[in-house]
Amino acid sequence: MHILEGEKVTKYFGGLAAVSDVSFYIDQGEVVGLIGPNGAGKTTLFNLISAALVPKPGIIQFKGKNITGLKPYKICRMGIARTFQTVKIFPNLPVLENVRVGAFFGPPKSPSSTQATREAAELLDFVGLSKVSNSPARDLTLANQKRLEVARAMATKPELLLLDEMMAGLNQTEIAQAMELVKQIRDKGITIVMIEHVMKAIMNVCDRIIVLHHGKKIAEGTPQEIANSKTVVEVYLGVQTNAGS
Amino acid sequence: MNSVKVISKKSFLPGLLFVILILLATLPLYGSSYNVVLLTGILMYIIITVSWTIFSGTTGYISLAPAAFFGVGIYTMAILGHILPMLAVVIIGGLISFILALLVGALTLRLRGIYFAIFTFGLVVLIKELLLFWEIVVTRTRGRFVVLESNNTIYYVILSIFVVSLITAYLIRNSKFGLALQSIGENEEAAAHLGVNVTWVKVITFAISAIFMGAAGAIMATKWTYIDPYVAFNPLFSFLPVLMAIFGGMGQLYGPVIGAAIFAYLEELLLTRFPYYYMLVFGIILVVVILYLPQGLVGVVQKLRRRISGEERAHT
Repeated sequence: MHILEGEKVTKYFGGLAAVSDVSFYIDQGEVVGLIGPNGAGKTTLFNLISAALVPKPGIIQFKGKNITGLKPYKICRMGIARTFQTVKIFPNLPVLENVRVGAFFGPPKSPSSTQATREAAELLDFVGLSKVSNSPARDLTLANQKRLEVARAMATKPELLLLDEMMAGLNQTEIAQAMELVKQIRDKGITIVMIEHVMKAIMNVCDRIIVLHHGKKIAEGTPQEIANSKTVVEVYLGVQTNAGS
Repeated sequence: MNSVKVISKKSFLPGLLFVILILLATLPLYGSSYNVVLLTGILMYIIITVSWTIFSGTTGYISLAPAAFFGVGIYTMAILGHILPMLAVVIIGGLISFILALLVGALTLRLRGIYFAIFTFGLVVLIKELLLFWEIVVTRTRGRFVVLESNNTIYYVILSIFVVSLITAYLIRNSKFGLALQSIGENEEAAAHLGVNVTWVKVITFAISAIFMGAAGAIMATKWTYIDPYVAFNPLFSFLPVLMAIFGGMGQLYGPVIGAAIFAYLEELLLTRFPYYYMLVFGIILVVVILYLPQGLVGVVQKLRRRISGEERAHT
């Protein structure tokens, strides 16, 4: 079953098409990678799905329901959560409170205060931040701030999780840990779409990959297919020319 | 021993607040009428500052609209005070301010930063000019007389509004609603994507904070006997709450309270003792506070407390 479906999704910024005529689907339980060079429109597509932006024209459906034009908080309560490319934590709130915001407001039905706190504590344990749960979020390392964003997004009890460059700026150890975390989230039955430049991670954890370039979808397939695709290689490495001719 | 300490500390604060409330409530019995009037003024400033902080302190949207809501309350009393009982008019003053804030909030709360501040200040000027136009062109009277109330009555009404506003601020601060407000102040976009209905939370809080300003305006009007748009919509009532909140510090609920209390008392003191240098001294104190106490008085208290508790730990 398609959990998410986009039909000819388009977004113009002035005269520039950031995303143009992109149709896509995400299946329940998949981990899908969204890749492409800088400026390809990956984050814009995330913004369109999470309703930070509204596609024009184009339709986005979540679990068979048209969600185009809904407010971000509604999208979140329906079951789509996201993290941000540049971390958007609540810097002066304690780590636990950061997650509690998601636990309180993200689910369709708001839990009691004690339940929200318990859920938040469990999630901090899940991402490995329970030791720092009382520190202000601004004191965390970048890797931990990204983990906090994941915990916060998961507190909203999503069925679909959008991870925007979770591994950018992390070192090798941290990347390995982040990959492990993605797999653990998938094992909880949450569908994942991830934007990533770390190819090792993409190839390793994704079931399927969608490639964007200049706002258009240029390829789609299993990691193997994408790695062997001529168009994708051309986009990333430039067109091969015969030397000397 | 530790648990005894915790318990005594826990019952200490409510006990202290209760004693203060009793002292305040019985003031007219033992205090001079000068003290009653002085305290009325101080409580008025605390109400406006605390209710300003409910919205602007947490979300970071700097509203310069307090004078508008305060003035709406004043005019409500001036117009309805002759027809309806005083208490009813105070409540109506609060409600009209609430509705005005709902409308204005729905229109303007998409503006951020300086644009929001300027727009809300524009509201003060707009209402003042509209009333001036109305009085000059339509009714052809300038200003209005307001029904009189005794100093003690005014004091008790102001005290009640003060208590209700503090309780409201406390409840909002310690609820999930307060958490939503904080998250908006920290990062509004992230809050929206975590399921917080940011527009609704902002508009409703803005409107709730306006209730107390309107109600305070309505009762204070009875003290001034004669009002006109210049008196009712005095821009100082927009700027003073901001200064008082910064002076006290917004990190804790008691910050704006002591900020407004000290500030208002200082103003009175300087005004009576040094009428010629009053503004000069006042200005210097303000500059010094903002330069050297960026967290306000709350910051000083917390720093001291940390130093004391730190020393205690070093000794054990």
